[in-house]
Amino acid sequence: MSINSIEKFPTYLAIPPLKKDSMAGNGPFKASIEIQKDLGFPGEKVDNWQQVAINKIAETKSKYRSVQVFLDSCMKCGVCTDKCHYYLGTADPKNMPVARQDLFRSVYRRHFTFAGKYFPKLVGAKDFDEDMLDDWYNYFHQCSQCRRCAVFCPIGIDTAEISMAAREIMNAIGVGQKYPNQILGKINKIGNNLGMPEPALRDTLADLEEEIEEETGASVKLPLDIKNSEVLMVTPSADFFAEPHIDGLIGYAKVFHQSGVSWTLSSYASEAANFGMFIGNYDVMRQGALRIRKAALDLNVKRVVVGECGHAWRVAYSFWNTLTGLGSGGSDEYSLKLQNQLDSNYPQPQHMIEFTYDLIQRDKLSFDKSKNDHRVVTFHDSCNVARGSNMGDIENGQFILPREVIKAACNNFSDMHKSTIKSATFCCGGGGGLLTDDLIDLRIKGAKPRMHALKRSEQDNGVNTLAAICAICKSQFSKVLPNYDFDPYMIVSVHQLVSDAIILTKDSET
Amino acid sequence: MSLISIFFTLFFYFSVLIFITGLSYKVVQYWNTPAPLKIPIAPAPLTKSGVFLRLAKEVFLFATLFKSSKWTWLFGWSFHLALVLLFFRHLVYFWPGEIPLILLKTEPLKYAAYPLIFGLIGLLGRRIFVDRVRYISAPSDYLMLLLIILIGASGMLMTFANNHPNMLLVKNFAEGLITFQWSELPKEAIFLAHIFPVFFLIAIFPISKLLHGPGIFFAPTLNQVDDARKKRHISNWAMQKEKNTKIDLDHNQDKGS
Ligand code: SF4
Ligand code: SF4
Repeated sequence: MSINSIEKFPTYLAIPPLKKDSMAGNGPFKASIEIQKDLGFPGEKVDNWQQVAINKIAETKSKYRSVQVFLDSCMKCGVCTDKCHYYLGTADPKNMPVARQDLFRSVYRRHFTFAGKYFPKLVGAKDFDEDMLDDWYNYFHQCSQCRRCAVFCPIGIDTAEISMAAREIMNAIGVGQKYPNQILGKINKIGNNLGMPEPALRDTLADLEEEIEEETGASVKLPLDIKNSEVLMVTPSADFFAEPHIDGLIGYAKVFHQSGVSWTLSSYASEAANFGMFIGNYDVMRQGALRIRKAALDLNVKRVVVGECGHAWRVAYSFWNTLTGLGSGGSDEYSLKLQNQLDSNYPQPQHMIEFTYDLIQRDKLSFDKSKNDHRVVTFHDSCNVARGSNMGDIENGQFILPREVIKAACNNFSDMHKSTIKSATFCCGGGGGLLTDDLIDLRIKGAKPRMHALKRSEQDNGVNTLAAICAICKSQFSKVLPNYDFDPYMIVSVHQLVSDAIILTKDSET
Repeated sequence: MSLISIFFTLFFYFSVLIFITGLSYKVVQYWNTPAPLKIPIAPAPLTKSGVFLRLAKEVFLFATLFKSSKWTWLFGWSFHLALVLLFFRHLVYFWPGEIPLILLKTEPLKYAAYPLIFGLIGLLGRRIFVDRVRYISAPSDYLMLLLIILIGASGMLMTFANNHPNMLLVKNFAEGLITFQWSELPKEAIFLAHIFPVFFLIAIFPISKLLHGPGIFFAPTLNQVDDARKKRHISNWAMQKEKNTKIDLDHNQDKGS
């Protein structure tokens, strides 16, 4: 395919003709009895599952306006059909957003609507039988809840809401996905997705401090559990051990070091990620968020800052105030307790990018941009940041701020094609609880649209570095980049770029 | 009155009754169902006026559809606009008593039938020929398009091909429906073929995908202000849950939920 022929398609990628059942299968590994029970779900598929599921659908649609309205309002216009990266990458028609919703909608129609009860064939209503449940399990775990389809739907129908509700319903009948549910068990018991206990975390941070000092000569600290610090830093636990994430963590530490603002990590709340969102469970999501509330209160901090993690930032920005009162504007005793403690001069919570951007704006950081001159950088807008949050409280701030931070640290920046960035960004292919090896085939195929856009940027502008602010994106790209003939190390944290270029004040100079 | 006039008269009231009760039920249901979380979709407005503008652009211009698919926008927008214009064109028949001047000047609106048919044929063609859209289409999706095409085509045949039914009968019938002074309708097949699908669509409005009309106003993705950090947004059921969990504020101990 020549570049010119690619250009004709709004998505870079030819829209594939349907390949029915190309992704049929059993779906990802199911959660064990213990994992399910830990989260308060039935351990195994309950006997009268169909009735339980129908009741749960009734409950869910009565608690979530999104679900009720979206189930009713789809006009089958089909303009979302070519907007999902999983459809573009797999050609399986059930990966078209509307077809994915229809798995749910057909059951809803059959059991809850007049037309579906009396004229099922006419309106495409279907019984909730074993086959349908298998399709639910398989295809609602082929949705990364990236919400790209929602950006393009004229009615604002968000398939992510439907897929979250579907997973919630499946969990309620004892059919859960192993990967997110196992991780949720760990965060509830130990405080982070890795199950990394406090001593291990402390060691890791000490090692990092040594490493930074050796390399830069500056005694940059990574404090843990320090009461009365100004800032509580909550970051995805991947930042503590995985590459390239860890270089981002070093970047945050250097920025804090330069800012002079005291900060601390928490061993109790050592995880920003909140997989409770992926399984659509309000209570589980709230439990995760409450750990952060508790840490903020116990450590008596003035500000809460969130590290580079896509869905974590959506949960923090859009949901924390709701779930835990971590934000502002609350009037109840519960949220006021926290809100009175936090410094109202700053948005609560704040993203690390906002923190760094603010310092850059106030000329508090200096950079040697030439340190990044071997790079031509492009930025991957992570779905949850791009479509479910804001930064800087300015319109489209979530697109502007990260790019400004990158440009402050790098001389060479070039965006990918405009139909694949910002609100139209393509998912990395591994979000929404799909970042597991048992879904690797799907992950590789789902990355295709993003990889095409990157390939084009590589050819046209010599892009050799892909920067992101999401732990899942970073892990996913490290894994799938080689499949598309890229260097797996080209993916970096935005704060790694900051880290490499920032000029540190040595202790002797202060 | 003849049997057929009685049938259509009853059919009209039946449809309107279902329309009003069904739609009220749906709107009340949407209204009463909480949106527990802030889920505005990008590009999300940060203010109320921003939301207002966003919805206005969606409702009047189909802004998102334009972004998503130009052809579908062209078909869909011209079809809907034509529907609105033709609605005004038809008011004159139903208006009881003295007809306001403005309604007497709606005659040229009849030409909206052309974009109506153009849009509908386009949408139907898309449904038939684009494999992705064909896959997601149920029989009812075709049926609805065909019914509206039938309405448009029969209307055009009457208006532009000199098949006018007796206009006095039309006027008396339509006005009679509003004033409860029922009278005979014209019995030409083409007229009946025109009004039957209209009444039918009115009836199925609240039990079909036509609910996308009210639905768009209730989509939290479109109607929420993106201000979650500044305002605490919490649903009744979540607030109740929060109270029930009795968090020990002094010792900061969450008893779990
Ligand atoms: S774009 Fe929206 S209304 Fe159209 S088919 Fe997709 S989900 Fe349905
Ligand atoms: S949310 Fe993303 S992954 Fe899910 S259907 Fe929509 S575009 Fe596809």
